[in-house]
Amino acid sequence: MLITAILILAAGTYAIRLSGVVLRDRLELSESLQRLLPMSAAALLAALAGTAALMAGSEFAGFARPAGVLAGGLLAWRKAPFVVVVVVAAAVTALLRLAGVE
Amino acid sequence: MGTLYRTRAQFRDIGALAAATLAVGASFGAITIAYGLPAWVPVVMSVLIFAGGSQFLAVGLLAAGNPVAAVLAGLLLNARHLPFGLAVADVLGTRWRDRLVGAHIMTDETVAFALAESSPQARRRIYWLVGATLFVVWNTGVVLGVLLGGATGDPDALGLDAAFPAGLIALILPSLRDRDTRLVAIAGAAVAVLLTPVLPAGLPVMCALLGLLVLFRPTRRPPTRPAPTTVPAPANQP
Repeated sequence: MLITAILILAAGTYAIRLSGVVLRDRLELSESLQRLLPMSAAALLAALAGTAALMAGSEFAGFARPAGVLAGGLLAWRKAPFVVVVVVAAAVTALLRLAGVE
Repeated sequence: MGTLYRTRAQFRDIGALAAATLAVGASFGAITIAYGLPAWVPVVMSVLIFAGGSQFLAVGLLAAGNPVAAVLAGLLLNARHLPFGLAVADVLGTRWRDRLVGAHIMTDETVAFALAESSPQARRRIYWLVGATLFVVWNTGVVLGVLLGGATGDPDALGLDAAFPAGLIALILPSLRDRDTRLVAIAGAAVAVLLTPVLPAGLPVMCALLGLLVLFRPTRRPPTRPAPTTVPAPANQP
């Protein structure tokens, strides 16, 4: 039962991943539609970042995590290197939690 | 900016991502064992599914004895890889070997890193570099988590749950310099966050595609200027 569920999830996930890659050729996309593809990816990634920053499950994640993401986001906006963005975001959140802020 | 500098900066960036991924992978391994599931479960899941969010979601449901929900919830969460695949199909090219292998290592981070590059060669290179690194590091982390159990610590205590969204923001910021992309992304993110309390996991992020509707707003200026697909990532600049 366990292995069946895992294999179905794995096969389904792989099929989803591959289908986008393969479909791209089959679809005759106009110039303006092609332009939408990187925009769609940006919207999905922004949505992932937004929900991961603010929500835990279906509820608000508390203040420590969004504060860390905000600190990292501001640094990214100020063109700080990626590694600094990631480390500062984690450090701010970890320190706030250490101080008892959830 | 020299190629060597840029390569070093990329290795450093990917190293940071790899360290965080290793820790989260370890926590996945440890949590699965703590649920009382056999040791092969997290290892097989991580190699074959290789999608962290859906693995955490599915393993909780599997442990609760609900395999059907685990599959459905996992697939829903991974549905975003279809539009991702459309967006990075050019990066993977037309060779079947590259497509078949490249599709499996597609993650939020590989897509974000690739689309943050401007030239096709750079995109291709970073996609494979990030994808291969994360595949190795994620699976290594999971095995460590299985072996070490609770000793791996809590990734939330390290603030790693803030590291991933912050990293994604850093990667997509350059593409947001294009006005239309910025509006679409902000609208999409807002839709996703607002729908998260009411929809099952995975659907809110897919609903971010509704953000594309802002392109059809009445005041839109004519789309004469071809949009830059991306601009070089600030992440890799001094």
